[in-house]
Amino acid sequence: MHTATITKRNVLRFIRIPQLLLFSTVQPVMFLLLFNFVFGGAITTGTPAGSDQYINWLIPGILVQSAAFGATATAMGLTEDLTTGVIDRFRSLPMARSAVLTGRTLADLVRNTFVFSLMLAVGYLMGWRFEQGFWKMAVGFGVALLFGYSFSWVMAAVGLAVKTPEAAQSAGFLPIFPLVFASSIFVPTSSMPDWLQTFAEVQPVTIVANTVRSLMVPEEALGFLGLDQGTLILQSLAWIVVIIAVFAPLSVRQYKKAVG
Amino acid sequence: MNAVETHNIVKTFGDIHALDDVSIEFEEGIVYGLLGPNGAGKTTLIRVLTTLLKPDSGSASVAGVDVVNDPVGARHKIGLAGQFAAVDEYQTGRENVEMVGRLYNLGKAEARSRAADVLERINLADSADRQVKTYSGGMRRRLDLATTMVGKPDVLFLDEPTTGVDLASRLSLWDLIEELVEGGTTLLLTTQYLEEADRLADRIAVIDHGKLIAEGTPDELKGKLGGDVVEIHVRDEDKFNALESLTRIAAEDPKVEGNSLSILAPDGSRTLTAVVRELDSAAIEPMDIALRKPTLDDVFLTLTGHKAVDENQRVVARSRRRGGS
Repeated sequence: MHTATITKRNVLRFIRIPQLLLFSTVQPVMFLLLFNFVFGGAITTGTPAGSDQYINWLIPGILVQSAAFGATATAMGLTEDLTTGVIDRFRSLPMARSAVLTGRTLADLVRNTFVFSLMLAVGYLMGWRFEQGFWKMAVGFGVALLFGYSFSWVMAAVGLAVKTPEAAQSAGFLPIFPLVFASSIFVPTSSMPDWLQTFAEVQPVTIVANTVRSLMVPEEALGFLGLDQGTLILQSLAWIVVIIAVFAPLSVRQYKKAVG
Repeated sequence: MNAVETHNIVKTFGDIHALDDVSIEFEEGIVYGLLGPNGAGKTTLIRVLTTLLKPDSGSASVAGVDVVNDPVGARHKIGLAGQFAAVDEYQTGRENVEMVGRLYNLGKAEARSRAADVLERINLADSADRQVKTYSGGMRRRLDLATTMVGKPDVLFLDEPTTGVDLASRLSLWDLIEELVEGGTTLLLTTQYLEEADRLADRIAVIDHGKLIAEGTPDELKGKLGGDVVEIHVRDEDKFNALESLTRIAAEDPKVEGNSLSILAPDGSRTLTAVVRELDSAAIEPMDIALRKPTLDDVFLTLTGHKAVDENQRVVARSRRRGGS
């Protein structure tokens, strides 16, 4: 119940703080427009003709990308709460200790749900279609959400390890950039040099992006693209579980250390 | 049952003895003031008593609950307003108070009605539905206070409630705090201002470098100081003569600090008049002469032989006292 109160408080901040609202909504849409219209024409994705518009390649990936970028807000928000005495106030209340962290990661989940829906709506206007029916798309949506949730725990650990919100943002983006750009979000990994390809193919962002993609592109394209739905879903879930299993306890430990 | 009890609390941070064998206790229903300069250990003691910090040794209990061994139980009994108002800028005043109410385990409806009550009592009912970012500093402090009240705590802890607050807000905060206590809440407040401790507290403990150096009612404490002080500022060449003149009037030796001489003025303005006459007959024209109330420095000079803060910090402390930020 306390978690719900804290989640609500965090979600309200996303809506009412102009910079946060902008960062969560406008920025992902800009990325979508940028990559589709500026780069899209020059990228060959290997999808068979007829459904080879870049937008169809991009949309699954961009859900994952917006979740990753948006997670930096978790880091910054936690650092800010720590430095402004808000967490002290919470700690002197008979409030469940876990509520601070779970309230923040859950708020991220709520935010991502809205942001994803927005991206899909904009994507639809730009020509994106989900070719395997609603439920498969919903599963893809869910996988992306779960990945975003697991990533929030990574960012929580980062936010608790630094001293200022600005440092949290910088530290957050450090791992995010290579993970997002050296992945299959924007381009097929086969187009990368061998050394980069090795990294890109095994890292979780590629796996998750490919999973979502495998649930949205036409079934005929799966063979061409080398995507096996079942395997990919399992791999994504495995990554999600591992990430949470590592970073949730780590965050809790960091939290205890940060509050002395 | 004592509202608050601490026995031999020790807390060290590296080389710094923040709390050095601190033992205090007081009963329910009173206001207990902890008086001391910056760095004396006031905030550290509050953090121990509000379960935010574990002491290295010693024990403490609030409303009968051991804060070290049962912090969760203790939290149900306390309310804390720290030095910096920890209110959420982007929620309305009402939302802030309701949120804290929910975190005290009140049901939705109860949180809402208690919030309305409390907002009414602190005169924020009109602004309750505006976001806190539109509030003035004084309003934020009042809201902070309101959030501590919504849980109806047994013991309320206020850490420097009026430091950095302008004079008008300070006076209204004092009124508010007095009203609060009328309802029977026990209050531990920390402050750097003797005036504040004097006005609000039933008993005062003076703390310096982590040690308790005095305890008593405000009158007892001021009795040690002998009340008001006459302070004069003279030129170098007049210093010796001025010292002589003052020694004739005062029961004790005047205190000297550079070109500033001061004596206790138990008779208030009569002492002032006597000083003026004495200086006049000695043909000394002081650069400045004033009758002023004792400050924390005077308390410390009397109790410890040194001032509360070193010279460098004085400027900061002075500007703070004048209500600067």
